[in-house]
Amino acid sequence: MTSGILEYLTVFALAAFVGIEVVSKVPSILHTPLMSGSNAIHGVILVGSMLVLGGAHTGAEEALGFVAVILATLNVVGGFVVTDRMLEMFKGKSPGRGRAAAAEDKGPGGDPAA
Amino acid sequence: MSRGTAIDLCYLVAFIGFILALKGLSSPKRARAGNLVGAAGMLLAIGVTFAQPDLGHLWLIVVAMAVGVAVGVPAARLVKMTAMPQMVAIFNGVGGGAAALVSIAHFIGTDTKTLATYKVLEVLFGVLVGCVSFAGSAVAFAKLQELMTGRPITYPAQQVINGLVGLVVVGLTLAILVTASTALLWVMLGLSLVLGVIFVLPIGGADVPVLISLLNAFTGLAVAASGFTLHQNLLIVAGTLVGASGIILTRLMSKAMGRSLPNILFSAFGSVVTASGATERDGGQSVHTATVEDVGVLLAYARKVVIIPGYGLAVAQAQHVARELADELSARGVEVFYAIHPVAGRMPGHMNVLLAEANVPYDQLKEMDEANPELPTADVALVVGANDTVNPAANDTPGSPIYGMPIIHADQAQHVVFLKRSMRPGFAGIENELLYNDKTVLLFGDAKDTLQKLVAAVNES
Repeated sequence: MTSGILEYLTVFALAAFVGIEVVSKVPSILHTPLMSGSNAIHGVILVGSMLVLGGAHTGAEEALGFVAVILATLNVVGGFVVTDRMLEMFKGKSPGRGRAAAAEDKGPGGDPAA
Repeated sequence: MSRGTAIDLCYLVAFIGFILALKGLSSPKRARAGNLVGAAGMLLAIGVTFAQPDLGHLWLIVVAMAVGVAVGVPAARLVKMTAMPQMVAIFNGVGGGAAALVSIAHFIGTDTKTLATYKVLEVLFGVLVGCVSFAGSAVAFAKLQELMTGRPITYPAQQVINGLVGLVVVGLTLAILVTASTALLWVMLGLSLVLGVIFVLPIGGADVPVLISLLNAFTGLAVAASGFTLHQNLLIVAGTLVGASGIILTRLMSKAMGRSLPNILFSAFGSVVTASGATERDGGQSVHTATVEDVGVLLAYARKVVIIPGYGLAVAQAQHVARELADELSARGVEVFYAIHPVAGRMPGHMNVLLAEANVPYDQLKEMDEANPELPTADVALVVGANDTVNPAANDTPGSPIYGMPIIHADQAQHVVFLKRSMRPGFAGIENELLYNDKTVLLFGDAKDTLQKLVAAVNES
């Protein structure tokens, strides 16, 4: 069993470094989607909840597992849907940009500013 | 290949997907695709879990998941972009709650007398951190949704009481490690929930986003703990990824606010409000209000206008009208751009999301550091629903609670126009001297309404 825990600790340590490494490069405009995206990822607790409910022997375990699956499902679907909605906003630049460019074309001539 | 190995392989693919999802977020172009890869990984992980040998209660699992989807999808689809932060808080909280329940359920399902000490410790960690995240997120949600005051809630001997609760938790942990008692674990659960609540109460509304990021990291760690308990590498990797990235993100965010994390968490920031501002105001300072027409002319004949949006713009859903005004002005040859404070809105990057939603072109959005050198040459700084992020007290009043926070130097523009709903101080609850400055004019009213009138006024002038 001791080798088991060591193995898991190794995985833990490596994952921590990967997490730090990957996130340090995220620009601040994407911090909100990042928070929401990583929020969706910890929804993986759904797998744990399923395992616990699936292996339940007593009523108490069933009840706890049942609630856990509901909560974890909320976490997963909510997390990914919200993140996708946010990121969807970042794709479109065409309509606004087109108009701004057009405005720039006729811009410099007509400025009566003091 | 045995079924177990195949499942573990799929889990491996799933967590590679998670890492790619986080990696995708380093550029706006690949972010959405990255998120979909993460979602695909999640779907794979959930799908193959159904193939786990000895998985009972299949119907119960399906029913519970159906309930979660039925509630979660509409909630996430319908929530307004302005309410995103509290939505993230809630989805984070339920994750923490699930992690705590998984740990408890596993604990009562095993013969606890034979359990190794470190296994009990994993369970306790999962319960404690998961519950703190759950209760804390619930309070954070209430604060952001304005179900309760956003001001820090303080009471006498708060630190002492919190410290005592912390000590009891430590004592309880030791007691459970020795006795492996299930009854005591339930006490621990209750106490962890209390700890979550009292931890968040003294944190002011303006700091809640940093808090949510921290609680996000907590949930990640709680998930990792249940991964240890259940011997699931998938949970350990995903939970630790989120834990580590959440802690880094929390640090980046507190840096953007110019404050240390302990200061944000424990200083009940914003509770000692307005005292200094109020006395100075008694000294005869008054604000200058203007008419929409005045401001319309001012804008129409300016060369350079900087729009500084804040949460007020988001609340009023005024981002589209703001873009109309900007378009109208650029059509007249006025140089217009938006200066975005890193914590404008309720979360870092929140304002970028809202403006992107209104199809504001990227090149008109300038980050604070890029915008500040331009402000001295700007004719008008149009502050729409922002306050704390342009408060010069952050630069020149060492006693101010926001002293040291980087701000947008609206005060350096030739004219400053504030669109405000009222004289109420900003989210941090601090008086803003810039409002009383001679070059400042105020336009009271709903931001969207006022902006619409401004568009018309610019049109006519």
